[in-house]
Amino acid sequence: MTELIDSNSSIESPNMTASTAPAISAGDGPLKMTTRNVDVFYGDKQAIKDVSIDVTMDNVTAFIGPSGCGKSTFLRCMNRMNDTIPIARVTGEITLEGEDIYAPDMDVVQLRARVGMVFQKPNPFPKSIYDNIAYGPRIHGLANSKDELDNIVETSLQRAGLWGEVQDRLQDSGTALSGGQQQRLCIARAIAVDPEVILMDEPCSALDPIATAKIEELIHELRGKYAIVIVTHNMQQAARVSQRTAFFHLGTLVEYGVTSEIFTNPTEERTRDYITGRYG
Amino acid sequence: MNSSATMTGKRAPTDWHSDDMQRRIRKRYASERRFKALGLAAIILSASFLAFLLVVMVGNGLRGFTQTELPVEIDFPAMTGGASANQFTGPNGAANLQSLGVRDIVNASIEIQYGEEGKELFSGGGWQSVSSQILENPDIVETKTTVYLPAESEIDVAYKGDGSADAEKMVSTLDDKLTTGFNWNFLSNSDATDPMQVGIWGALKGSLITMFITLAIAFPVGVFSALYLEEYAPKNRFTDLIEVSINNLAAVPSIIFGLLGLAVFLNIFGLPRSAALVGGLTLALMTMPVIVISGRNAVKAVPPSIREAALGIGASQMQVVFHHVLPLALPGILTGTIIGMARALGETAPLLMIGMRAFIATPPSGIVEPATVLPVQIFLWSDEVNRGFVEKTSAAIIVLLVFLLTMNALAIYLRNRFETRW
Repeated sequence: MTELIDSNSSIESPNMTASTAPAISAGDGPLKMTTRNVDVFYGDKQAIKDVSIDVTMDNVTAFIGPSGCGKSTFLRCMNRMNDTIPIARVTGEITLEGEDIYAPDMDVVQLRARVGMVFQKPNPFPKSIYDNIAYGPRIHGLANSKDELDNIVETSLQRAGLWGEVQDRLQDSGTALSGGQQQRLCIARAIAVDPEVILMDEPCSALDPIATAKIEELIHELRGKYAIVIVTHNMQQAARVSQRTAFFHLGTLVEYGVTSEIFTNPTEERTRDYITGRYG
Repeated sequence: MNSSATMTGKRAPTDWHSDDMQRRIRKRYASERRFKALGLAAIILSASFLAFLLVVMVGNGLRGFTQTELPVEIDFPAMTGGASANQFTGPNGAANLQSLGVRDIVNASIEIQYGEEGKELFSGGGWQSVSSQILENPDIVETKTTVYLPAESEIDVAYKGDGSADAEKMVSTLDDKLTTGFNWNFLSNSDATDPMQVGIWGALKGSLITMFITLAIAFPVGVFSALYLEEYAPKNRFTDLIEVSINNLAAVPSIIFGLLGLAVFLNIFGLPRSAALVGGLTLALMTMPVIVISGRNAVKAVPPSIREAALGIGASQMQVVFHHVLPLALPGILTGTIIGMARALGETAPLLMIGMRAFIATPPSGIVEPATVLPVQIFLWSDEVNRGFVEKTSAAIIVLLVFLLTMNALAIYLRNRFETRW
């Protein structure tokens, strides 16, 4: 049994559902990010209370919960996007590869390159498709020549499953693409700076079911190459794409564990109520 | 509680075809029509005001670009005692021309054809055009040539149909000789006392230099202020105070900026009076708040998602501002700049305070030379007693309007080029 848990393939095996594997297990591939006792305040209001979650390399971690429960807020702490809100204050410890990301000597700019983000609404720059992807590598000096940059653009688009659709029109505006394509462009843009973690904040909420299916498929493919954290409203989506699920309610982490467990056999009453649609 | 339930339960089906309902519909359509008619009337009224202004201005002003001329036959070989054409070419041409005494030759020729009093029919500076004709085409000094010289201002005005009784009489005696020509001097000369000799070039050049200085100072300072206030400055009581101050500054009457310019630039910094530099600085003070306000609005209108996108892939705050926010806000900033610059171009009052109302007869050759600008020149000419200045005033207004339209067209072109859609 222990062996099964330790191996990465075990996560999707049906045996797993019956087991009572700990939520935070060392066997899910290398540990990428840890958060310990994180509190977030907006002015006097506390938005997040004492949340501790580990993010591992080989799992997709989903944050679910009703609107306003703080899951997006928490996600935005993980690459310090909350820094842009002057009244937001974060306490506790969040680490990336063991480094405290809120340490004074942590360079926020570099952190955000290492922990990329995909937003709720597709937000390509009003530039060409090529420039959208090339922007990140350019500002971080990741390519030494035009060929290298071309190469980064191509691989990023390929990984995002967009290359076939746009390879003939790289100079067209990124905003001329459809919503689903725009979102995949944004994912490609995040991939282009070679991040370690990709945070996705409800990436499919503005998309139709077909585009959503493509993004979900893409998340499957990206798993293992990047540690992925996804916030979603859609519980089926969490069940489909993630291996670990965290349920947030009113700013607290109610339950965190193996996705199949959470959905079939939650330990907390509140999780059960939410999943069965009693509230949310 | 119970009764209200039965009330709603008993509610009669709505009759959409009742008289009341029909009347309400008619009323609604009538008010819609009324509103449309009012809007249309407002547009027609403002368009006709504009058309009236343009027609009057162009009607009066176009005459300012023409001048009444009288022919003078000059027998150069006899007058000069046989000067040859090659004397007036090459480096010594101008000096030789000076020793020739063109003025006396012209005056003598006028006396021969129009008698003792003939000189009074002509505008004083006419001989200068003969000089330039010789320099352009020296061959004429070897022949008998007829040149057309500008008539005296009163005759000019009378010939154009607006003169005094005396001048009208004079015109009727000369009628077969008078002709109309294009007044090139108006585009190349500066201010003068004789309306036949005035030109707009000095004021136009002054306006150009002043506007350049205004733009060079107000645009960067305004844009950087707007960017800093929107993107960097913390939102607190102090920045609120700055915001209120800037809004108030935009509403301050322009003459007060003139007084400020007088006190600060002339008295404290000791910059030269009447200079385009001081005018430009004063107008920059006036234009800056307009650019800051429009710039802030344009920066605010850039969707936050673009900033997040750039921050999310690790752009620094400055990269976000200069790579994304500024390019997207630029069309809006340019719109505000156009408005501010157009206002500065038409401004007279503050420039009077810093001495730009002086009589400037030579175009400025630098930013510290005495200069005047188009609106001040218009103001000065409109104040002249001489009737010849009336049409010159209108002509100067046309030049000002053309300048303004050119400037705006350029700015709108730039704005459309930078405009990005998303």
